[in-house]
Amino acid sequence: MSLIDTVSLPRSFRLPRVDGLIQWIVPLAIIAIWQVASVTGFVPTRVLPAPSDVVLAGWKLLLSGELVRNIWVSFWRASIGFLIGGSIGFAFGLANGLSQLSAKLTDTTLQMVRNVPHLALIPLVILWFGIDESAKLFLVALGVFFPIYLNTLHGIRTVDPQLIEMGRIYGMTDSELFRRVIFPGALPSIFVGIRFALGIMWLTLIVAETIAASSGLGYMAMQAREFMLIDVVVLSILIYALLGKLADSASRVLERLTLSWHPAFQKR
Amino acid sequence: MQTALRTSLPETELASRANFAPQARMLREERPLQTSGLPLSIRGLRKSFGDNEVLRGIDLYIPAGQFVAIVGKSGCGKSTLLRLIAGLEKIDAGSISFGDAVQPEDIRVMFQEPRLLPWARVLSNVEVGLGRDRASADAHARAEKALTEVGLTDKRDQWPSVLSGGQKQRVALARALVSRPRVLAFDEPLGALDALTRISMQRLLERVWRDQGFTAILVTHDVSEAVALADRVLVIDEGRIAHDVTVNAARPRQRGSAELASLEGSILSHLLSADDRT
Repeated sequence: MSLIDTVSLPRSFRLPRVDGLIQWIVPLAIIAIWQVASVTGFVPTRVLPAPSDVVLAGWKLLLSGELVRNIWVSFWRASIGFLIGGSIGFAFGLANGLSQLSAKLTDTTLQMVRNVPHLALIPLVILWFGIDESAKLFLVALGVFFPIYLNTLHGIRTVDPQLIEMGRIYGMTDSELFRRVIFPGALPSIFVGIRFALGIMWLTLIVAETIAASSGLGYMAMQAREFMLIDVVVLSILIYALLGKLADSASRVLERLTLSWHPAFQKR
Repeated sequence: MQTALRTSLPETELASRANFAPQARMLREERPLQTSGLPLSIRGLRKSFGDNEVLRGIDLYIPAGQFVAIVGKSGCGKSTLLRLIAGLEKIDAGSISFGDAVQPEDIRVMFQEPRLLPWARVLSNVEVGLGRDRASADAHARAEKALTEVGLTDKRDQWPSVLSGGQKQRVALARALVSRPRVLAFDEPLGALDALTRISMQRLLERVWRDQGFTAILVTHDVSEAVALADRVLVIDEGRIAHDVTVNAARPRQRGSAELASLEGSILSHLLSADDRT
């Protein structure tokens, strides 16, 4: 099917199942080509193991329970760090979006801190926390904080002032105004922040686990490198890709559920 | 837009022919007894923004239930006057009184933009208009009734984004009407609509005003709209009321009739002469 066909075809004629599968064609094709390249010896297995070897390595780790344990540890760190950093960012975004005083007080400071790459803090964080859990959580939370803070603030600041005036005219109290006008108005922007933050969350976690950890996916990959287990290294990288995709999908579903009013999310 | 016209034009036409002609004459004589509207008296009203004095002493009495149109060139202060009446701006000097204890729900404004909440369905957008009665048990029923009045019952569960411009404005009208206001201020409510939708909206405005008897204040730059709808047209120039014109034409008014046309012409000449001076 050519591109023009897919574009011009009315939505109702397309099968939703097929629609959902289309996005997987390219990743699957890449894996197929990769497998062929490895089997024929075009790519030496010392450089890149065949997908089948990676799957096999994954199966072994799964049986030993190591894989599940490491994924769980990384997932746990990612979510807790995200929750902590996200809530603080959201709280500051709300406060600075709603109150001029709060914005004057904290915004400049936060903008200064934002310009320090948070991964540059790793040496300091290791000195503070060692290679403890709190070190990873701190880094993830810090990385997640800024996109959520900035987008929440931006969302609240850009709520249509005419709608706010309308709400006041119709006698909305402050809490009603927030619930019915300001928060829903800021929500699309907050979601942009969440999706940025999810990307940063994985990035931070990988780096932190690679440098200083005794468990988790990043640790698993570094450990495998020590023993030249290249299939496990590739496996870890692929799992990161999958987890990243999963997190993004989750936020998309949430977005679709809460923004069903938005023209961009309406079924035509 | 198309459907809006088809559904509302014949309906208003029929209703106005069947019921309003005799009723109108009755209303004209007995309006103060029948109306739910509030009278409005304004004394020495002044308002400036910085160094710019926008209103320079407005004295005005509007009897209860009257339909007043305010015209003037842009920047003459007509919208400011309306915003002061609606309580959206602070008064610098003078007073505005409604001759009664007013509840916030008694005075409603309709703007040029519909200002609907995009994330609320049509019906709940109308419910916003109930003000403090939003949480009451009959909120739904009242909102539905208001939607029926503007002929949009079938759109109650739609998102505002799928409505046409005229339909959005009708939802905004339903929201303004749902609390049964006693003064309804219109700030160029039809300014952004196309010519045909405009005419059908004008008829709708006239019909709900006759049905509910609120005091209507319409700010517009369209003089023909003003003479078609209003009992009285005020021409504002440089922050003062320059002319106060009574429109005696019987309702329902024939658009483009000689009587209205000559009135429109004389009001336009007032406006243009003001323009020549500057």
